[in-house]
Amino acid sequence: MRFRCRVEVELKPGLLDPQGKAVEGSLPAMGWTNVSNVRIGKAIWMDVEASDEQTAIARVQEIAERLLSNPVIERFVVRSVEEIPRLTFEDHA
Amino acid sequence: MPSDQPLHRALGLTDEELEAIRTTLGREPNPNELAMYGVMWSEHCSYKSSKIYLRTLPTEGRHVLVGPGQDAGAIDIGDGLAVVFKMESHSHPSAIEPYQGAATGVGGIVRDIVAMGARPIALLDPLMFGPLTEERNRWLFEGVVAGIGGYGNCIGVPTVGGEVHFAEPHSTNPVINVMCVGVASADDLVTAAREVHEGSLMVLIGAATGRDGIGGVSVLASRTIEEDAAETRPSVQIGDPFAEKLLIEACLELVRRDLLEGLQDLGGAGLTCAASESTARSRMGSEIDLDVVPLRAPDLEIWEILTSESQERMLAIVSPDRLADVREVCTKWGLASSVIGKLVAGGGLAVRKGGEVVAQVPARSLADEGPIYERPARQPRGLDELEQDDPTFSTVKASPLDSFLTVLASPNVASKRWVWEQYDFLVQGGTVAGPGADAAIVRIEGALKALALSTDGKGRFGHLNPYLGAAHAVAEAARNVAVMGATPLAITNCMNFGNPERPEVMWQFAESVRGMADACSALETPVTGGNVSFYNESGDSSIWPTPVIGMLGLIEDHRLLVRPGFTGPGLVVYLLGETFPELGGSEFAEVVLGKVAGRAPALDFDSERALHRVLIEGSRKDLLASAHDCSEGGLAVALAESAITGNVGFAVALPGDVPWYVTLFAESASRAVVSTTLEAAAALEALAEEHHVPVFPLGETGGPRMVFDSLFEVTVEEARAVYEGTIPKLLAGEGRSAPGS
Amino acid sequence: MSRRPRIGVVTFPGSLDDRDARRAVAAMGGEGVPLWHSHSDLQGVDAVILPGGFSYGDYLRTGAIARFAPIMEEVRTFADAGGPVVGICNGFQILCEAQLLPGALIRNRQLRFVCRFVDVRVETSLSPLTEGLVPGEVLTVPVKHGEGQFVAGAEELDRIEGEGLVVFRYCAPDGSFDDEHNVNGSLDSIAGVRNEVGNVVGLMPHPEHAVDPDVGPTGGQPMLASLLSYALARV
Repeated sequence: MRFRCRVEVELKPGLLDPQGKAVEGSLPAMGWTNVSNVRIGKAIWMDVEASDEQTAIARVQEIAERLLSNPVIERFVVRSVEEIPRLTFEDHA
Repeated sequence: MPSDQPLHRALGLTDEELEAIRTTLGREPNPNELAMYGVMWSEHCSYKSSKIYLRTLPTEGRHVLVGPGQDAGAIDIGDGLAVVFKMESHSHPSAIEPYQGAATGVGGIVRDIVAMGARPIALLDPLMFGPLTEERNRWLFEGVVAGIGGYGNCIGVPTVGGEVHFAEPHSTNPVINVMCVGVASADDLVTAAREVHEGSLMVLIGAATGRDGIGGVSVLASRTIEEDAAETRPSVQIGDPFAEKLLIEACLELVRRDLLEGLQDLGGAGLTCAASESTARSRMGSEIDLDVVPLRAPDLEIWEILTSESQERMLAIVSPDRLADVREVCTKWGLASSVIGKLVAGGGLAVRKGGEVVAQVPARSLADEGPIYERPARQPRGLDELEQDDPTFSTVKASPLDSFLTVLASPNVASKRWVWEQYDFLVQGGTVAGPGADAAIVRIEGALKALALSTDGKGRFGHLNPYLGAAHAVAEAARNVAVMGATPLAITNCMNFGNPERPEVMWQFAESVRGMADACSALETPVTGGNVSFYNESGDSSIWPTPVIGMLGLIEDHRLLVRPGFTGPGLVVYLLGETFPELGGSEFAEVVLGKVAGRAPALDFDSERALHRVLIEGSRKDLLASAHDCSEGGLAVALAESAITGNVGFAVALPGDVPWYVTLFAESASRAVVSTTLEAAAALEALAEEHHVPVFPLGETGGPRMVFDSLFEVTVEEARAVYEGTIPKLLAGEGRSAPGS
Repeated sequence: MSRRPRIGVVTFPGSLDDRDARRAVAAMGGEGVPLWHSHSDLQGVDAVILPGGFSYGDYLRTGAIARFAPIMEEVRTFADAGGPVVGICNGFQILCEAQLLPGALIRNRQLRFVCRFVDVRVETSLSPLTEGLVPGEVLTVPVKHGEGQFVAGAEELDRIEGEGLVVFRYCAPDGSFDDEHNVNGSLDSIAGVRNEVGNVVGLMPHPEHAVDPDVGPTGGQPMLASLLSYALARV
């Protein structure tokens, strides 16, 4: 079976996030107030061939630990896993 | 695209052009063929409106190895080395998506240089935007600069120069040009003169083909931008500089190992352009099979594969017995390589998909036999009145000090450090003088020889007088090279204009070409190629006619180069060349008087050449401590920049027989501010007199202040704060409107 | 006269300053030996430089993919045996990702790439780049990076400072520290760090672009001279 997985990687709390800070700083000028703690991370999608969902998640966890995140500054979470019926291409929006 | 118009028109072809295609084929073209003609006969690829004028440019000279018509021009610099250089525009894509538009512009020009077998060693970026007081212009400016850096920094080619100008007409039409310079062993050049053979293979190297920039050439470049520009966003190409870096190294290794019969970039018009030009150049025919082209999406239409502008791809012509070696090199660099076709007898380009022929046309009809137009040309109305409204003898209410600070704080004059600090100008280790100098000086590896590179456009002068605008651009580019001690050798160019279907634009273009031709002939700097970018207009706003000149100069020993900054106290400061009462089109007139009008300054080619001789000989004889071109902002800015750069003040006396604002701010051509030691002063004066170049001693360097006669004085630190602070402040939203506007 | 030290310079896909590093090593009297990322062979070099660039495009995180290249196993073994390893810019990022050095490098505080000559102060002579240099000495070298802001968790930073692992700090020309001269917003103005043993060092500035007086300042000369003598002394 094929599973579409999404990993979210973000900076650990407490670490300075210059990009998030820049976005947060621009909000009041654009009329949005009462918004705080803007943090920018990234989401990574991948298709995983596995016998079941649990195996797929375990695989993705391992990839995220080893490669997709840097434990010194980042943490991650595998956010969603869904079974997909057919091959997808990167052009698929 | 409206669905009710005939297909050929939707693809940008006129009824007459369709008729010509029918005549060529002897039948009705199919939609794939129409798409191929659509992209190849677009203005961008065919130069149909400009060709008759471009033919009048001087293209020959003793240094020229390759002139116009190939991927890039090439100049012999001795010792068996060739310099390859070219400039291009990526204005339309950048107006829609500034980061990717500018980034892919860099990628494209670099591949043009690599396609000639040369290692890219320098990039320069002439840019024009609307005023930074507008938020949208700031967005474009920041995005373009980030895109140039993001791509150029990642491929290891230093961005060593360029220029940035600001003018209202660029609010809707930013101009993004980029020049790349490469070096090759003259024997390794991959030129059209290479022998190719029947049966040789066409090998597509690099990225897979996706839906990037479909119709980009005709939709983005050949049609004027309209309000709904955002709708065309999907056709913007996305750059992958990492893939480009691998492509550069792989291609240069293929060239070094002599494995290629030909090499071509896939740029505008994608595979159609590369295949038809390679085929036409070989004087043979070719067969290509689209089933073999690696795709990023499985459902691409035939015409999409044929015209996709996916980046980071090259087409190599390879003898079958070299294929294994070529594949090995590609694999080493992690690149895909696919044999998509071969050269055959005849002159046809046959395209197959699923075993069927889906397009079959004469290759030359696409590549070389596009339409040529002699469009009507007419001088714009009101130009004479504009010239007569000369600001030279206007009443000036502003004080000399206020005028000076206003001109120094003008974004056109102020430091562009904010821009060039985002570019890696050091990688490759050859940058002897980088951004901020009159010309960039890039050393040839392992030699004392160095290239001097400058780009110049004179939009304001061109607006008043396109002939003079172009001629001044050539003269200033040559002067910028000479002022550092280098000999100007040859130019490339990018011609930025409005809609050529308007007779006024066509007249501006014709006049500009005439000015460029005269200047290049007089200064002996032949044109080795270039690019024409039309349709830089939207609604009723057109850009000023702005040919940008990319000058290549050579200095035999880079240790003799002369820099713009005063090198210390106690130097004698001179003005070389004569100042005339001509404030038309000057920075002073625009920002202090609020006027872009009047007569553009005169240009005398003999005076210009004489000045170059003095500067070059002065450098060789080590008579010059510093030298700086006198251009935007006139003598006042040239002095101030020399002081700010050198971090030393000066005191000068000014001639009293003309108004102060003429002396300080006129932008008369053929002038430079130089400094020299007391010991060398007499020799410098003698050298200038020998060449009949007027030489005026102004004063001397020293102290923390810049003293302009009894008019005013200001500390170097204060001037530096203004000069360096302008652009960062504008970007922080601290915009203020210029006096008079 | 001792032999010329052989300094290996690794080329990863996307390395940019590899040729420049080899040229600089040669200019200082050493031999620059090209090493290829996919080979598991250091060719018996006396020291290893991981050069600047954008390995694998730095698309995931700077240095994140390069650390898994086959040659990095050899580099780790070499480092564990006390061999001198220098990471410059992207090489520094790779060494941090490989956890051969403490800390991490994130986007510059100003969110823009910066190419500029800066001053750095030598903080310790216990590293391959500073052996024989005096702490407090100020050297002028260029930086050119978009992600050079050195960060570490609070505890980690205490350890780095406590154990004297900081090798270089961005500073004013007189050697003092202030925010203005902290070119990318690094914690404690840190421009370069070493490992506990002192044989692995990483820095964001580019010594290899500061050896030739015809091109610019020469603050890289003493650093590379130190590396060459350090490499030979080990033999």
